[in-house]
Amino acid sequence: MNTTTTEAAAHTVAERAPQLMLVEGNEAAALGVALARPDMVAVYPITPQTSLVEKLAKLIADGRMDADIVDAEGEHSVLSVLQGGALAGGRTYTATCGPGLAFMFEPYFRTSGMRLPMVMTIVTRDGITPQSVWGGHQDAMTVREAGWIQLYCETVQEVLDTTVMAFRLAEHHDVMLPVNVCLDGNYLSYGAARVEMPDQAEVDDFMGRKDVNWHVALDPLRPMAVDPLTGGSGGTGPETFVRYRRGQCAGMKNALRVITEMHEDWARRFGDSHRFAPLVEEYRLDDAEYAIMTLGSMTGAAKDAVDEARAAGEKVGLIKIKTFSPFPVEALKHALRDVRALGVVDRSVNFRWNCGPMFQETLAVLYRLGRQLPAQSFIGGLAGADLTVATFHRVIAETRALLERPAADEPVWLNAKD
Amino acid sequence: MYEVRIHGRGGQGAVLAAQLLATALVFDGKYAVSIPAFGFERRGAPVVSFIRASETPIRQLTNIYAPDCIICVDPTLARTVDIFAGLKPGGAMVQATSRPLEEVAVADTVGTVGLCDAVRIATEIFGRPITNTLMLGAFARTTGQVSLAALKKVIEQSDFRDAGLAQNLTALERGYEETTVHTLERRLTA
Repeated sequence: MNTTTTEAAAHTVAERAPQLMLVEGNEAAALGVALARPDMVAVYPITPQTSLVEKLAKLIADGRMDADIVDAEGEHSVLSVLQGGALAGGRTYTATCGPGLAFMFEPYFRTSGMRLPMVMTIVTRDGITPQSVWGGHQDAMTVREAGWIQLYCETVQEVLDTTVMAFRLAEHHDVMLPVNVCLDGNYLSYGAARVEMPDQAEVDDFMGRKDVNWHVALDPLRPMAVDPLTGGSGGTGPETFVRYRRGQCAGMKNALRVITEMHEDWARRFGDSHRFAPLVEEYRLDDAEYAIMTLGSMTGAAKDAVDEARAAGEKVGLIKIKTFSPFPVEALKHALRDVRALGVVDRSVNFRWNCGPMFQETLAVLYRLGRQLPAQSFIGGLAGADLTVATFHRVIAETRALLERPAADEPVWLNAKD
Repeated sequence: MYEVRIHGRGGQGAVLAAQLLATALVFDGKYAVSIPAFGFERRGAPVVSFIRASETPIRQLTNIYAPDCIICVDPTLARTVDIFAGLKPGGAMVQATSRPLEEVAVADTVGTVGLCDAVRIATEIFGRPITNTLMLGAFARTTGQVSLAALKKVIEQSDFRDAGLAQNLTALERGYEETTVHTLERRLTA
């Protein structure tokens, strides 16, 4: 082998080695957006999302991302502007949280009704009042009946990868629904970790041809009406309205399959450090007598606690939900098939049932499974509170106790004074 | 797993220092995570940030309560904040101070002390008491947990430009060179 060939080979290997970098969750989301090559982003800054949109603005200003950016006067306008962009055939993106999401609610609901394949990061923030600018899942949970797909991330790498995948998911013809990528405010938004940048050319191949507006289009040469007046009690109004709703539900149902296929394709292309459970992750569950359930960035500390409990002889496993909307009923039934007690940790409150929202959804899955098992709701990590390995040792101990006694009707409030 | 807590005051760059250190650890081939403890940041108010380093992937995204090392980039902070809270027995302390070891408050849990007259050196370099990159050099010298080469590479690739870049590289090197390291021989208590 001559020197030139060796050098060329070494060069190729160096180019193919993944680029390692340390980035915050917010920056990872912005880099994922850039990889997906949207045509238009519209933004309004709000804590803890601000550094995400600042990074997007910088990527565009530096010429590293070729998209129009609209600095709108508020979140209601942000989403309304993007609806126009999507109807004109553009790939569109925004990010918000908490009060910004609340201000966005009217166009938020319309986006899913019009089947616009938009991607929006929710850098999750707790509900106000009382005043707080810190993390919690209350904002995303509050809008879970608005027809958006919602995917929750555990790590910074998962934020980056999921953000890219979200665009392909939203635009899939069997889905055609807007997607929220939920990343935890504070611990994940400002937490910086080592990530591997996926190769742009491979991402381009993964994304395929952009196909945003095959179903509706703002085209002066081909005028059409969108978002017609429907409903009421006469004529074709009611059935038209129902056709919209059934279509949205069908898209949701199809999304479960598409999300699974997409994650497999992604991991095959980029390797095991980019492999994430698409719907529900089963961690050390094979011979588990009981399990704890988690969502989002709390999962890392929970897994460490499970490993330590396992080392001490406890037969405990962990179930992580990644896809919250549509709720992964079959995957969760599979995860729950053998466990005899369950502790569910929520980072938000379901006021109606005095428990966590994920806990309430899980009870419905247990009904479908035809199993009665003691299950306890834990609520913690509200408004930025830390959920540590020690916290999860408490959750594990209290869940283990359910093997001997029935669960309480009240949630266990982690991070509470009593 | 090696865990570090940085103490500083708002505006001194403790959060930036944590990111720079975590990046350097990644350049050294390790896994690293940095987390800022958040609050309503105000100039001068005590702030902390956290770094975890490991040879294997790090899963916890939480604050740090039992660090292996504390870095204190401000010489007056120890009077108002318990900088030693939770420090593992035998842990390291890297302190910005003009005082000799005998005049520095050191908790019983500390096994290694690195002292650097960072405010004086920073004032010579920057004309202002910006101590964060200096104290990263002091940390490398005291603990050996990160290479000086990786820290240099991070600063070269950061947003520092022109004079600022040269000043910060000088600060890093002088922090490394002008730190005195003391190994304390005494019975350690938790």
